[in-house]
Amino acid sequence: MSLVTEPLAFEFFRQGLFAAVLVGALCGMIGVYVILRRMSYIGHGLSHSVFGGAVVAYVTSINFYVGAGLWGFLSALLINATARRRKIGADAAIGIVTTASFAIGVALISKTRSFTRNFEAALFGNVLGVTPTDLFVVAVVTVLVALFIGLFYKQLLFLTFDQDVAPIYGVRVGLVDSLFALAMAATIVASINVVGVTLIAATLVIPASTARLLTDSFGRMIGYSTLLGAAAGLLGMYASYWLDVSSGATIVLLEAGVFAVISVIVALRQRETSWERDHQPRAVAGEPRGDVL
Amino acid sequence: MTGPEREPLVSIEDVTCGYGATPVLEQIDLRIERGAFVGVVGPSGVGKTTLLRLMVGAVPRVRGRVTIAGQPVQHGTTPRVGWVPQLETVDWHFPATVSEVVLMGRWGVRPWWPRATNEDRLAVDRLLERLGIGSLAGRNIRDLSGGQQQRVFLARAMIGEPLLLLLDEPTSGVDLRTRDDILHLLADLNRDGMTIVLTTHELNAVAAHLPWVVCVNRRIIAEGSPDQIFTDEILGRTYGADLRVVRQDGAILVADAAPHRLRDALQHHHPGYEHAHHEHPDDHHVHGGPPA
Repeated sequence: MSLVTEPLAFEFFRQGLFAAVLVGALCGMIGVYVILRRMSYIGHGLSHSVFGGAVVAYVTSINFYVGAGLWGFLSALLINATARRRKIGADAAIGIVTTASFAIGVALISKTRSFTRNFEAALFGNVLGVTPTDLFVVAVVTVLVALFIGLFYKQLLFLTFDQDVAPIYGVRVGLVDSLFALAMAATIVASINVVGVTLIAATLVIPASTARLLTDSFGRMIGYSTLLGAAAGLLGMYASYWLDVSSGATIVLLEAGVFAVISVIVALRQRETSWERDHQPRAVAGEPRGDVL
Repeated sequence: MTGPEREPLVSIEDVTCGYGATPVLEQIDLRIERGAFVGVVGPSGVGKTTLLRLMVGAVPRVRGRVTIAGQPVQHGTTPRVGWVPQLETVDWHFPATVSEVVLMGRWGVRPWWPRATNEDRLAVDRLLERLGIGSLAGRNIRDLSGGQQQRVFLARAMIGEPLLLLLDEPTSGVDLRTRDDILHLLADLNRDGMTIVLTTHELNAVAAHLPWVVCVNRRIIAEGSPDQIFTDEILGRTYGADLRVVRQDGAILVADAAPHRLRDALQHHHPGYEHAHHEHPDDHHVHGGPPA
């Protein structure tokens, strides 16, 4: 029992635990749209872009969340606008916009000699250094993104499934895409101090990819991905405490481990199913496969 | 499709439209009556799909006017139109069940309510039953046959109780039996009063069986019943190829009148070709699609 309760005696752990669970759930939830829209690279790119924004915010003495958030939102809009020009794919658009933004941050750091703030936390995350303000921001962003996904669930689903046909049925692509860009930017800014620029893409992509292996239903995929992300945050924090390993890295490794195990199970199941189908001539073709869970 | 005594369901007046500097369609005038069943034919890339997209305000117009049921169609408006996309364009790896896909067509009923209501589910169940796929609601769309997949997207188009159904190449990429099933289903829906417009490149298999055909090649080349439209001259102008229309026992067949061109080309590159293919030079090659 002390395995669970002992770390909770420390306030830094309690705050870190809440933050990790919320960030895990938040990234898991929005990550479903990221991977289904084939924009897995956007998490990686936007986090780098936000880093540039964070440095600019510091240099210009603007609040970190306001400066980095605005920077991230504008980057996401710019990516969308660039990607809509069909000659340039979304991956190239992300590469152009976000690396340029990251380069601005690096250039400013190298130019300004009087830095006192440690940007290492932004790069690699420091979940145990989460402040009450950070926790508050993560909680507010989680609630707002959940509300957005709830209220725009049908539009987002339609748009994610069929971007060309959705506007024909009245889905307002510009509005939904802009709000999604805002939600993405807010998610990354809120998560950056917890998991860091370098690991945030993994928290967006891995739980959603694992959930995809578990179900063929979009609604269930969102639920599974959110739960997997939150569980990885919870268990990863405890593992980090007891193994004395970086929290962000532990969470990501745990998520990757679960993905690997589920991948093997699903592959074995598929092999078993195809063997049964090949050896049972009277089997009904096209039987529903059902969820793994 | 003119009928001065009734207002047409779709009216396209002097429209020029396209996506870039060069218009895809020019000077389009077309009226589609309520209850019509229309096939739009023409070679690839001449604006068949664009003509359908024009009817839903999804193509920038340089000039002209489009109305559905008397209401102007503009970009961003939602006319009561059901759209069935080409199956080839669907992401079959997307995690969506049949009912999730059909419910997309009903998103505007309660846009801010994330879950389907009992009323939504009942409407989906009734429609799936009507289309003969009632038992498939919980299946992933990837696990269905081509005909079942087409019915799913037809259900999504119909769930919003549209005035007009637009289908982009509904018989493309499906086998003969599925094609037959789809056409019979569409004919049944049309008999029940649904106005249907579809694009097809299959002249013999599809267009010849539709009551009204519109020939498109950047402009409306001609429109009328297959009897009126399927002539050497009109199809030649539409496809820019030497096509021959053969009428036999009440059936219409479109034949390639110049198969010797292909033979000459093959013979040029493969000198032994002629010995292996002893066809009479005057043979007509019946085909169901435009030349590549």
